Amino acid sequence: METNLNYVPIEHYLGLAAILFTIGVLGVLIRRNAIIVFMCIELMLNAVNLLLTAFSTMHGEAGGQVMVFFIMAVAAAEVAVGLAILVMIYNNIRSVDINELNKLKW
Amino acid sequence: MILATLSVFSALMVVLSRKPVHSVLYLIFCFFTIGGHYLLLNAQFLFAVHIIVYAGAIMVLFLFTLMFINMNQDAEPVKSNLLKGVVTIVAGCLLLVLTTTVIDTRDSLPAPSTDYQIGTVANLGKALYGDYVLPFEITSILLLAAMVGAVMLGKKVKE
Repeated sequence: METNLNYVPIEHYLGLAAILFTIGVLGVLIRRNAIIVFMCIELMLNAVNLLLTAFSTMHGEAGGQVMVFFIMAVAAAEVAVGLAILVMIYNNIRSVDINELNKLKW
Repeated sequence: MILATLSVFSALMVVLSRKPVHSVLYLIFCFFTIGGHYLLLNAQFLFAVHIIVYAGAIMVLFLFTLMFINMNQDAEPVKSNLLKGVVTIVAGCLLLVLTTTVIDTRDSLPAPSTDYQIGTVANLGKALYGDYVLPFEITSILLLAAMVGAVMLGKKVKE
């Protein structure tokens, strides 16, 4: 069975996942809109998913892809609850700027 | 290669674009390119799940929230340039560490298997309902809990 791994070495997937993960970290750190911070977290999760899939295909093991499936389920749950919390925050303070949420800061 | 460039570009645009709606659209594009990677890796099942869950469900959720919150004023004040520079350096260091780790471990990687059939729906279904049936069922409880939690949070609070 042909697959992309016959042509592309696994290191390229490692590099791509590293770049995507770093972009996600960058977004979490420099953006102040909470929704975009959420999207960057999704980006990081996807980078890890891609890596797990690449390794799972390379080793011919189903475990990695099953793990990706579970990560997707957790991400869906997290986004549902997180966005509900965001809407509630917006209803309370009329903003989704994370710098406004400093009540727990010492 | 082209697909990888596209995903990196769209991921960058998610972070850099000023309007949240543009970010969401670029994120959808990024997810589709990652789905393309899954397809190239022979993971058809993951491709289907990825498109359904991310491009279908999660992105619709994001768009709905954006429209609900209605942030047309896009009054997001940008952070100071100093902070941006520091953060970029930190992210660059992270990337450096990750890539050096990759280069270091390159020689110790095991030889790739020759069986690339694992990602098909039939094989993954057997794994999911065979070895991993208990975590699979627990995932359904997790999703139920998340659904109930979202509904409870979304309800108007009556005093």
